[in-house]
Amino acid sequence: MDKKIIYIKDTSFALDRTKDVHAILLNGLRDRGMQDSVQAVRVADIGAYNQGVVVKVLPDTTYYGVKDEDLGRILDAVKQGTVVKELAARKEPRQLRIVLRNCGVIDPESIEEYMANEGYQAIKKVLFDLKTQDNTIDEMKKSGLRGRGGAGYPTWMKWNFAKKMASDQKYVICNGDEGDPGAYMDRSVLEGDPHSVVEGMMIAGFSVGASVGYFYIRAEYPLAVERIQKAIDQCYANGLLGKNILGSDFNFDLEIRLGAGAFVCGEETALIASIEGKRGAPHPRPPYPSVKGLWDKPTVINNVETLANVAYIINRGGDAFAKVGTQTSKGTKVFALTGKVKNSGLVEVPMGTTIREIVFDIGGGVYKNKNIKAVQTGGPSGGVIPKDFLDTPVDYENLQKLGSIMGSGGMIVMDEDDCMVDIARFYQRFCFDESCGKCSPCRIGTAQMLGFLSKIAEGRGEIGDLDNLRRIAQSMQRAALCGLGQTAPNPVISTLRYYEDEYRVHILDKKCPSKKCRDLLSYKIIPEKCKKCGLCFMNCEAKAITGNKDDGYIIDMNKCVRCGRCFEVCKFKAVGKE
Amino acid sequence: MAKSIQAKINDILLRVPEGTTILEAAKSVQIKIPTLCKHADLPPSASCGICIVRVKGSNKMLRACCTPLEENMEITTHDPEIVSIRRSVLELILSNHPNDCLICGRNNNCELQKLVADFGISEEYFPKIKRDLPKDDSTKAIVLEPEKCILCGRCIYVCQDMQDVWALSFLQRGIKTRFSPAGDIQLSESPCIKCGQCSAHCPTGAILEYYDTPKVWKALQDPDKYCVVQIAPAVRASIGEAFGYPGKNFTGKLYALLRRLGFKAVFDTNFAADVTIMEEASELEQRLIKGTKPLPLITTCCPSWVDFMEKFHTDMIEHFSSCKSPHEILGVLSKTYYAQKNNIDPSKIVMVSIMPCTSKKYEITRSDEMHASGFQDVDIVLTTRELAGMIKQAGIDFTNLPDEESDTILGEYAGAGTIFGATGGVMEAAVRTANYFITGKELSKVDVEAVRGLDKVKEAEVDIGGKKIRVAVAHGMANVEYVLNKVREAKKAGKETPYHFIEVMACPGGCIGGGGQPYMVTDEVRMMRAKVLYEDDKAKQVRCSHQNPYVKRLYKEFLEKPLSEKSEKLLHTTYKGVPIYRR
Repeated sequence: MDKKIIYIKDTSFALDRTKDVHAILLNGLRDRGMQDSVQAVRVADIGAYNQGVVVKVLPDTTYYGVKDEDLGRILDAVKQGTVVKELAARKEPRQLRIVLRNCGVIDPESIEEYMANEGYQAIKKVLFDLKTQDNTIDEMKKSGLRGRGGAGYPTWMKWNFAKKMASDQKYVICNGDEGDPGAYMDRSVLEGDPHSVVEGMMIAGFSVGASVGYFYIRAEYPLAVERIQKAIDQCYANGLLGKNILGSDFNFDLEIRLGAGAFVCGEETALIASIEGKRGAPHPRPPYPSVKGLWDKPTVINNVETLANVAYIINRGGDAFAKVGTQTSKGTKVFALTGKVKNSGLVEVPMGTTIREIVFDIGGGVYKNKNIKAVQTGGPSGGVIPKDFLDTPVDYENLQKLGSIMGSGGMIVMDEDDCMVDIARFYQRFCFDESCGKCSPCRIGTAQMLGFLSKIAEGRGEIGDLDNLRRIAQSMQRAALCGLGQTAPNPVISTLRYYEDEYRVHILDKKCPSKKCRDLLSYKIIPEKCKKCGLCFMNCEAKAITGNKDDGYIIDMNKCVRCGRCFEVCKFKAVGKE
Repeated sequence: MAKSIQAKINDILLRVPEGTTILEAAKSVQIKIPTLCKHADLPPSASCGICIVRVKGSNKMLRACCTPLEENMEITTHDPEIVSIRRSVLELILSNHPNDCLICGRNNNCELQKLVADFGISEEYFPKIKRDLPKDDSTKAIVLEPEKCILCGRCIYVCQDMQDVWALSFLQRGIKTRFSPAGDIQLSESPCIKCGQCSAHCPTGAILEYYDTPKVWKALQDPDKYCVVQIAPAVRASIGEAFGYPGKNFTGKLYALLRRLGFKAVFDTNFAADVTIMEEASELEQRLIKGTKPLPLITTCCPSWVDFMEKFHTDMIEHFSSCKSPHEILGVLSKTYYAQKNNIDPSKIVMVSIMPCTSKKYEITRSDEMHASGFQDVDIVLTTRELAGMIKQAGIDFTNLPDEESDTILGEYAGAGTIFGATGGVMEAAVRTANYFITGKELSKVDVEAVRGLDKVKEAEVDIGGKKIRVAVAHGMANVEYVLNKVREAKKAGKETPYHFIEVMACPGGCIGGGGQPYMVTDEVRMMRAKVLYEDDKAKQVRCSHQNPYVKRLYKEFLEKPLSEKSEKLLHTTYKGVPIYRR
């Protein structure tokens, strides 16, 4: 790999100019005679979004928000082997890349590059050094790896249960139905390092005695599907899949199944039903899939991120892996850091890193330097962690104690403008939309909770609604059939736990302290500041503003639809919002 | 023998076989865990969340209906928190239910209503989440009212797994989830075979039979009409359940009751069952001896089975007996033979069939051949459940009525006729008569025990005149495929047919487990009802259809002989494949 590689991607929400920027880069390379020594690659995901054009010079220099005119300087620096200091993002010293070790480093479509980076050494070690299922599972046990899909169940135990089952056929499934809003680490791994997941599947298959594995990937990830398929094809071509892998007596086949966009299909029993061609609804456990899973055969289901750890663990040894992390949570965790944070993107940190380190040291602090209010983790199944707990080291147990969960690793930073009732309502709507409808606590509970939250956010709340929310939440946590329903009340419970005052203000004073809940807002024109320019008057489509350039203007709140247009257009901050 | 395990429920130490659910185990020590979606006849769907229990050492609660008890588990089934959660879940369900119990077909007979009463819920606590879903009565046999559905999933299991029909399914998701004919079409357009098992298993009023009772009252009041009635074999064995007398034979009281209701003549479908056997046994004899048509012969007493075959197994049409179902035969005989003998204008006769079945409601207008008398042969069909309601409306102390006899000439029956109501009964009755037709001799022992009981498919060999006749009996539509495939395979391979005669009933257990029978059926209940019929048979002096003197008289005076031209015209029908539903 003598060639230098540059990855680029325009991560702007508005207009994707990746193609244009790529052309400028190519021209620049040609001008400098670097076209043969440097390769500029357009990538589908670069671990950041809404950061403008992102340029990544391998191995470890990243430039965010690059303007076209800066490209030349970056290329000059590449030629000289230096860095444009004022443009480059700070190095990320606290990150430790295990899961993402190859992402953005190797060409994901090249099995040779994967092999050059320890690729398929782990399966060799399993087949010819460790030799037995027990030895392999033992290595996993030493590593202390726990499932990264959310619940944190020890991976070796799952494998061991399935291994112990006597059956003519067993299956392993890779759960790539990532669905938490804002989480995209699984997608990045599938797209950026498909072979590591394939290798993880092979080792899982060997350990439990499965000869067939399925990738269950949501259809909204076409590039992930394409790359996994390519990786599978390359493995068949290289004797890494199929019969007698690498000359051993291990046979293993892999296939892809597409998810059709139901969040609940990330729940393992619903996922199995979906692969079987049935309605994606969960089944009661026990029996657990490791006893009776896909087509009633013992089945192990692991999340993408979990599987991406496996080859690393086998290569370096379980003990080495276990040195990273905390007492109960080993290894690293990838978080999708989003929300009101300066540098959003995927971060991979050792378990035990504090939330503050992630948000401030890696994420660069709160966007526009506002005050941080809380961090939401765990997506729709998780909860909010108030700023007082920012120094909590992140692991499964600590997050649970705070009323949230690790989940798949979404981490959303919230500042003082974020309303907790609104956040709870957002997640409740998500669960309401995604409930499969099978069990009554979840089906009706999510609808009722959303109803109460809307009532509160729209200024119709009564104080008894809080008890109703708590009561429904309790019945869902206890009586819903699957993880989705049992955890759906968490965002409400955790916001009520830490921010009940905010709920009370919404209900009793009919005000939203964060000025987020539209129906509780009121606008008025502050005469002292008003220059009587009439801009608000002209922009008010609801015709709620009356007056003229001589007498000034007033807003009739009965007519106002609270669109906020007047507030935005006023150049003199003469429109007050409260 | 299964391993046994030891555990504690509410501090009571117990030992049960491995695999026993917490629900069953609790029952064995007199603890009743409330359930809603669970039906004793069906596997758990685990949807409602009412039966949750606490397990020591876990902060999760488990569903008792589907969780097997494990060694050393310590279960708490009732404590204030559990009861309060159950109550909350019930209140949530009520918030998504019309709660118009007073005007619901299941009022006072609804599992949800009963549970709500048990929990003493006296107000609608949560805001109503209304569902605006239309009623579907397109089949005129089964009525769907999806607004009343609590999504327990019983009907879906019954339709897809038990009956292999796949007419009903869940549509949409979340709060919009509803049951509906798959593809969101009218039930009459769907593959529905009207067996009504969905209605018999529904906990609420979401699936009911089409309510025909008012039509009967109206006919009875009309001085211009001559109302006659017949009762199916299975009705006598189950009607008592609606009045607190399960497992009793109510034949005599039913005759008395129907007379008091105002019917001018009270007949018994069992008589027509005997006639069916005369015709069907003759068909079997013809196929066996003369080889007029291919073997095996397959029974057609069950209209749901006929519908199922016309939709999904059209290649089997040539094997079908052309004989109509017994109540249709009685219908046509009442408006021809009976009318002529008694000088009654057949246009004035209203024939009402009391059936364990919802499909018969559909059958009476199935084809032109159901008008063989020149009029609609059967005018109205009521289910057992509807009759129970009618008895209450009429204010008759049914269970204390004196026993009466049926009306001659369409009422007297042989033991063979009465066992039609249980799976294997038609086969047994046919064997008794076919033996006579073929050998000319009577059997010394008429019981054919090999075809009795609730095994899904019963196969047997009976000796008729030295010839081994291979028979098969299937009940529950999902079990028929196995039998038919065996026939198909033999045909394909050019081998001899694996069976000579096949009996199929759509409902598990046969008509005693019919879709129009009283609620809460289980295999125990089916066995109990079947026992009533087999005892009825045993108590009869005449046990073979061909020995029934009134059947003999019918052929002598009217039909000449089985399969005569007149019989063919009145008692037989044809079948037509509906290939649109082919799988």
